[in-house]
Parts: sequence; C-alpha cells; structure tokens
Amino acid sequence: MGAEGIGARIARKEDKRFITGKGRYTDDMVVPGMKHAMFVRSPHAHAKITGINKDAALAVPGVIDVLDGKQLTEDGIGNLICGWMIHSKDGSPMNMGAWRPLADDKVRYVGDAVAIVVADTKAQAREGAEAVQVDYEELPSATDIEAAMADGAPQIHDEAANNLIYDWEIGESTATDAALASAAHVTEMDIVNNRLIPNAMEPRAALGLYDEAEDHYTCWTTSQNPHVARLVMSAFYNVAPENKLRVIAPDVGGGFGSKIFIYPEEVVCLWASRRTGVPVKWVADRTESFLCDAHGRDHISNVKIGFDSENRITALKVDTIANLGAYMSLFSSSVPTYLYATLLSGQYNIANIHANVRTVYTNTAPVDAYRGAGRPEACYLIERVMETAARELGVSPAELRRKNFVTEFPHQTPVIMAYDAGDFGASLDAAMQAADYSGFAARKAEAAGRGKLRGIGMSCYIEACGIAPSQAVGALGAGVGLWESAEVRVNAVGTIEVLTGSHSHGQGHETTFAQLVADRLGVGIDTVSIVHGDTDKVQMGMGTYGSRSGAVGMSAISVALDKVEAKAKKIAAHLMEADEADIEIDSGELKVAGTDKTLPWFQMALAAYTAHNLPEGMEPGLKETAFFDPANFTFPAGCYICEVEIDPDTGVTEVVQFVASDDFGTIINPMIVEGQVHGGVVQGIGQAMLEGCAYDAESGQLLTASYMDYTMPRADDIPSIDVSTTKTECPSNPLGMKGCGEAGAIGSPPAVINAITDAIGNNDLTMPATPQTVWAAINR
Amino acid sequence: MYKTTYHRASSVEEAASLISGADDGKLLAGGQTLIPTMKQRLAAPSDVVDLRHIADLKGISVAGSTVTIGAGTTHADVANSAEVRSACPALADLASNIGDPHVRNMGTIGGSIANNDPAADYPAAMVALNATIHTNSRQIGADDFFTGMFETALNDGEIITAVSFDAPEKAAYQKFPNPASRYAMAGVFVAKSGGGVRVGVTGAGSDGVFRASNMESALSASFSGGALDGASVDPSDMLSDLHGSSEYRANLVKVMAKRAVEAAG
Repeated sequence: MGAEGIGARIARKEDKRFITGKGRYTDDMVVPGMKHAMFVRSPHAHAKITGINKDAALAVPGVIDVLDGKQLTEDGIGNLICGWMIHSKDGSPMNMGAWRPLADDKVRYVGDAVAIVVADTKAQAREGAEAVQVDYEELPSATDIEAAMADGAPQIHDEAANNLIYDWEIGESTATDAALASAAHVTEMDIVNNRLIPNAMEPRAALGLYDEAEDHYTCWTTSQNPHVARLVMSAFYNVAPENKLRVIAPDVGGGFGSKIFIYPEEVVCLWASRRTGVPVKWVADRTESFLCDAHGRDHISNVKIGFDSENRITALKVDTIANLGAYMSLFSSSVPTYLYATLLSGQYNIANIHANVRTVYTNTAPVDAYRGAGRPEACYLIERVMETAARELGVSPAELRRKNFVTEFPHQTPVIMAYDAGDFGASLDAAMQAADYSGFAARKAEAAGRGKLRGIGMSCYIEACGIAPSQAVGALGAGVGLWESAEVRVNAVGTIEVLTGSHSHGQGHETTFAQLVADRLGVGIDTVSIVHGDTDKVQMGMGTYGSRSGAVGMSAISVALDKVEAKAKKIAAHLMEADEADIEIDSGELKVAGTDKTLPWFQMALAAYTAHNLPEGMEPGLKETAFFDPANFTFPAGCYICEVEIDPDTGVTEVVQFVASDDFGTIINPMIVEGQVHGGVVQGIGQAMLEGCAYDAESGQLLTASYMDYTMPRADDIPSIDVSTTKTECPSNPLGMKGCGEAGAIGSPPAVINAITDAIGNNDLTMPATPQTVWAAINR
Repeated sequence: MYKTTYHRASSVEEAASLISGADDGKLLAGGQTLIPTMKQRLAAPSDVVDLRHIADLKGISVAGSTVTIGAGTTHADVANSAEVRSACPALADLASNIGDPHVRNMGTIGGSIANNDPAADYPAAMVALNATIHTNSRQIGADDFFTGMFETALNDGEIITAVSFDAPEKAAYQKFPNPASRYAMAGVFVAKSGGGVRVGVTGAGSDGVFRASNMESALSASFSGGALDGASVDPSDMLSDLHGSSEYRANLVKVMAKRAVEAAG
C-alpha cells in the first residue's frame, strides 16, 4: 500500500483550507454586478393566495424587482419533480401534486416560497420582502400523519384524495399472515420514527448568473450532485438546455442528504437573473434552513414478528405510514419504499416478509433522504422488535440475534436484496468483547449503589448502500441511472488530475481518491489533484449520497486507472524494448520484471505527450475515462452496543459507553472512516435522545425553528466512541469497498433506545428520549 | 436589524437623559437578549442607549456582610470575583453557569434582572438572597421588583445601578437546563440566613420567578434535603412546553431544591 496508499491513516489534504478559513463556499462567490435576494415566505401552513401587492416593496430603496409565481409560470418554468415513480399496489401511479418553485395559487406549509425580492443589498432585499403584501385566505391545516388521514382532513393537493400519495406493498402478504398465525410466539409493537431537521453547518445558498450575450446560465449552489441539478433544471424545470447551463458546487459545508435535492431557490435565482438582468445571490438564514430544508424520517409503523418454538423467526409483517410533507421532493418517494422496506430482513434469515407502506401529504416541509434515508427507519424497527422479542421470550438478545443471523452468502431476502458478503457473528463478537458485555451485571449493580439505573442495548444493523445498479433501480422506478464516472488525466510531467462525478462536502475525497491513485501508481498524493463539483470541468456524474462515493465513485477511478496503466505499460514496453506483459508499475517507476531496466513515471508521461516515439498506431496523450455501474448494492453491517445510566429523579440519561463494530470491507483511510462513524453515531444519538421536529397541531407553525428549541447534539452529550472494524470484502466492486457514511446514523438509535428501555424496565418509549420522556416512562 | 440610533452614555445621568429623550428607546446593558432580538427583527427600538461604558455601574464591593454588585458587572466578573466567592460562593457558581463564555463575558447582572426572563438564573438568587435592587431613583426589594414574566417594578427609563444583599450563612443554586437552549427549566436557589430560609425558583413558574413558601417553612424547621420529602409543588402553577410538562417541571423544582439544600451543606 505504501505510506499514502490504501489503508494509510493520513491527514486530510483539504483540511488546511477548511481549518484556516480558506474554503470557498457559495456565499464566498462574488461576480460583477451581483445583487441579493430574499424570499417572501408563507406565514401560514395552508392558505389560498388571493392577491399580491408589490407597490410598497418596489418603493423600498435599493429594490430592483419583486417576482412572483404567476410570472414564473408565464415564463414556462416547470414544476419541481419527484424523480422516482412508485406505483400503488392497485397498479396506479403515485398521486403527485404540483410543486411550483414560487407558489401561485396556494401555500402548503409555513415557509413555502411565494415571491423573490432582488435588491442592491441583502438588508434592502429583506426590507423589500417585508413590504410585499400577500393576501391569504387561511385554510385548515394538517401537520401530522393522523391528522392528514383523518376523515374530513384538509385536502392539500387535488391530485391526492385524502392526502394519500401511494399505498404500496412488498413481499408475500398471504404467506406472511399464515406464518404469523402458526407462530409459537408473536411480538407486536407500534413504532414511531421521529422527524428530524438536517442542520448542515453551511446553510443552502445559490448564485444565479444569466449572460445575455451568450444566452448562458451559471449556477453556484450548495449541491451534493451538481450534474443531477443541471439535468433536472434543464430537462424538467425548463431553465435552459444543458449546454447553456453550468452548475458549480464549490466547497459545501455538509449535506447529510439535504443538499441532494433541487429546491425552489436555485431555480428561482437563475430565472430571476434573466428577468432582472443582474446576477442574483440568495443565502439561507438559519431560520429558513429549519423551515425549508427537506426534513428526514417521520414514520409510524406497526410490526409483528413471529418465532417458532426454537426461537427462529418465521415471519415479519410491517405496516408503515410515512409523512412526505407538503410536496414530493426529488427522491422522497423512494425513501420509505425501496430504501426502507428492502432492508426489513435485517441481518436475519426470514422466510416470510410483507410490508405495506402508505405515504401522505401534510402541511409541513418536504421530507426526503437524510443520512441513512429509509435504512435507519428499517433498522430501528427490526432492532427494537428483536430486542423486545428477546425480553418477551426470556432469552439473551445477543443469542436470539445470533440464532437468526444469515450465515451463508449470497443470501436472497424476500424483499429484493441479495446480501453478497458478511460475517455478522464476527461483528457481534467484537462488539460484545469491546463492551465487556459479560461484565454488565456488575456495572449495573455498582450504578444502583449510586442511585442510577444502568442499561445495555444492542443493534445489529445492515444497510444497502453504494447505490446503485442502474438497471435494477430503473426497473423499480428511478428516473436516473446510478453509475459513476471518472476521468484520469496524466499530465505531460506525470502529475495527475482525477475528475470525478462524486462530490465532496466533508467526506475527504481529495485525500482518499488520491490515496487510491498513490496505491496504484506509487506516486505521492501531492502529485494527484481531485477535480469535482463543476459541470463545465467534469464529465457527467451522479454525485454523492447513499454512501456511494467509495464503492461506486472510486470504482470508476479504479477502472479508469486500469486503462491508464495499460497504456502506460505499452509505452514503457516500447521505450524499454520489453514485452508489455513484463512491465510492472511500482514506486513511481515502470520496471521490466526480472531486470534492472526502469523508466520513471514522468518520462513515460512525457513520451506520451511528445509522441516522438510511441508504439505504431498509438494515439498521443494519456487520459482515460470510465463509467462504473455496480452489479449490486453493497451491504455494510455491524453491531453497536450502547450503555446508559439514568438519573431516575430527573430522567437525565448519560451514554456512558458506546461501541461500534463495523464491516465496511476494504478501508482506504481508517482515520476518515472513524470520523464518519463518529459523526453518524452522534447523529444517531441525536435522533434517539435529543432531536425532534415539532409542528403546532393547531396553527401548523414549526415549533422547533431555532436552536432554542431544536436540540442539536453538543460535545458534552456524546461519549467517547469505541470504533473498530471487521472485514469481508464486497464482491461487486473492484476495491471490495462497502461504504461507511451512513452506518453510524443507521445502527445507533435502536442501540440507545434498547439500552434506555433496559435500564428503566419500560418498553413504551419514543424518540427523542429526552429527560422529560424518560422520566415520564419511569413514572408510568 | 431595523435602523436604530445608537448612543453611548458615559454616566447614569446622561443615560437617563438620553432614554427619556428617545421616542421608543431601549437601554443596552450586555446586549445578550436585546441584540439577538433586534437581529431577529423582533424588536425595533428607535434608540439604543449603551450603558456598557459607564464606570460607576461596574464593580463588586463587600462591606461587613453586605455584598454590592454594580449593575454593569458581567457574569464572568461575578463568577471570578474572590469577594463573591468568599461571601456567597453559590452566586459565583450561578454566574459561572450562565450561558456560554461569550454570554458570560458580555451579559450583566443588571441586564439580566431588568429583562426578568422567566428562565434566567439571577432572579432566583435575588429573591432567595432577599436582595435590594438599587436604581437611579430608589431602592426596591427583590420580592417587589419581579412582578411577572419579563415584568419588573422598573418605571420607564429607570436604570438599575446595583444590587446588594447580606451574605447568607449557607446557599446553593441548582439548575436543570433545557436540553436545547440550556436556559433553566427549573433553577432553585436556596439561602439560609439569620432571618430564615428563602427559596427562589426560576424557569418553572408560569408567572416567572417565585418563592416556594412551603419549602421555606419546611427548611426553616430543618435545613435538610429530607425536610422537603413532604413538600409538594403544584403543577398548575408551572410552565408547560415542548421540553417539559407542568408535571415534569413540578418534579424538577422539588428535585433541584433538595439538591440545592444538600449542596449548601
């Protein structure tokens, strides 16, 4: 591997600019003549727009123009789309209502964009936005699932009767019912997966520039996938054809899924730039982030799991309703279906599974993928019900899991997924050993002596990432393929640029992708630069989400490197008068095996570009491209064990130990992987104990619209996390990688809740398990 | 932030004159509530009169058993004061746990009690210590000063200049922080002195800071945590919100009170 190759624990190349404040984010971008925008947003959860008076706003000094939804419609800007078609079990397509970038007839959630004000300064734009008079006719609203599905509920979109978007199923209902009916034991639970607000450190932003002379648009934006943004804005929103639209996602300060989607603001800034003739920049303030970034999770479910007399699982039946908010965001339909129900088999061998999923519109912010996207919801459901079943059956939670583990691979589950590799017992053993599981009883007794309730809980998670095989997802309704691209350019003096369709917004690609090149060619990572995030520079790509940049993005680089190596060997063989098959690449040199003949890498590269002496018929230059389409998802898995101590007088819960044992296959940089697990676990502990989005049921106002009320995890909420890995390689990509970006957030919430319910002896507990919630459960 | 006119006062008299001449003026102490509120465009004073550069409002002095703290003294200065630490360590502890270092280095005791946020820490201490609030025109006892959530006995334009109290024999403050904001969801300051025991409660009451008189009686009879076992807190007098129901807050008041008594020793 070398000091900088695969497996090397080296510091991140990009951190110097981040730590010294030299990162270049969308809000740092300044272009000549740039003006500033504020959006006029709905203060109501549900209302008809009966009039917009702009006179006072247009009179505010510095205000250039005020544009509304009617003008947007006149200019032919299309609806925001959901890019994954789901059909209900009766065969009908999902009931999707229109999402206008600026609402022109109705507003459907607090924060819905109604108009944009462009002014010389941001302060003037804000003054202008306050001066726009919008007349509303308020309508009753529904912000939660029950209210949206109740008889006589407010009708949010005409297209979706009773606010039902689809009623979908997977698996065999009859066989599952029969297996449950004949089970020796059935555990049944109602499970709520709480709604979360993403809170990336950098708020969303967009700078739209229309160049009239070239009839060309440029959009700087906080995107995890700039090429997808260009594709969608071009093909569906009618902003401009692809060749007339450049999308740049420069440094981006965290996404967690919330920056996958193409939101109204970037579309409107581009359109407003053409309408006003000036470049238009918008940067969300934190309140807008709370109100308008796509939220995550928000499921309610019923689950039944059946066991035979030997405690082997015979059936799993799940009925889930998911809240998709006021509009269907880009991938919203896929999250509670193909990213959720396909993982309900967990790590277990289950012959019969059936899941029914309904999704509903509500008068809330759109809900879409958030770190884990469907898989945390599946993991929480299966791992809470397994722990509960173990308690009901009076057996060890570890042994009940172990008895039901999938142990032979490949393993076809009843819900699409074919697990390709894994060793679930190895993760369980490693985690139990690291957690000193057998010593828990003594620790519990010691804690009791201090008046504390101590509990332990585990979670054996599996997830599907490295998304995804294009043909397979296409057959399931995806509107895009999920391959990735790479171009490896070897310069004339041997330095290397890698152009990738993956996008780094905290993942460390500039380091890990360079490590791959270093590993293959034996060059230093400082001679390798990673180029990403600009549709004018980089060939088409699909972006970063679903823990795909390693398994798919780096695989594309690996395939491109194969081609580079092949051509380099041909050149070297020609120059050294050797057989191509005898050429080896090692430590920055091309060597003839078994001889002392060597050719430095840079001389080979120079030869490729001088083209004075190349093999007969060879094209000059050294630049290769690859598009990699994975053959399967990858399946990271592991075991997390959480230990808590609870103050029974107040319900205050302290996570006193957290152990994560993960199988991520091949690891490029262990330090970055550990950081990903740390971050994921912190978000998982956040979901389990701290974070909960709340809307007022009566008014539809977001109650948790600032850090005064939305509890983001802080350093003192989080213990030191014990991270280790086991390894089975993924067989469906050349590097054997599995993806580590989401595992922490997927695996940790059930471990935390299982620990708390163990401590308090009451299983009736919902997330977030705040002190109040835990105290109430203790006293119930 | 809306447009406002900023004035820097160099004396209390000048500040009083400036505020009385303002159309809709606000006094600026440490600015830890007013400035964020203005930035959120939830407050739009015509004029802001900055008290931060008035030397007379700063400083801590102890004469005999009487502790006097200038209204413009920051939380950090109270927390780090050897005099306060010696005379009333509970108050130094309280100050050291307000907000974060930024807040503690800007926020002032006068600003805190003038604002009388129902979740602020200082009001509980002022009530429990039976403090006197000094203004540019009079002296007001703490019991009379705090008149309800965000309400005080201050007249328009009246400026707090200092607070004073007699050092207690024993005192302690226990705060249960809101998990999100970390303001007090129940903060209980217990003080024992020759005159008996006083218990000030912040964060929990539906009408702001209050004295828990039944706890005071129980503790005057026996200053021990166990003395509060039978004390009850009526949930119907408590705030209720996303983070804590009135029942939960009632429980917290009792738990924090017991812990404060135990901490006071």
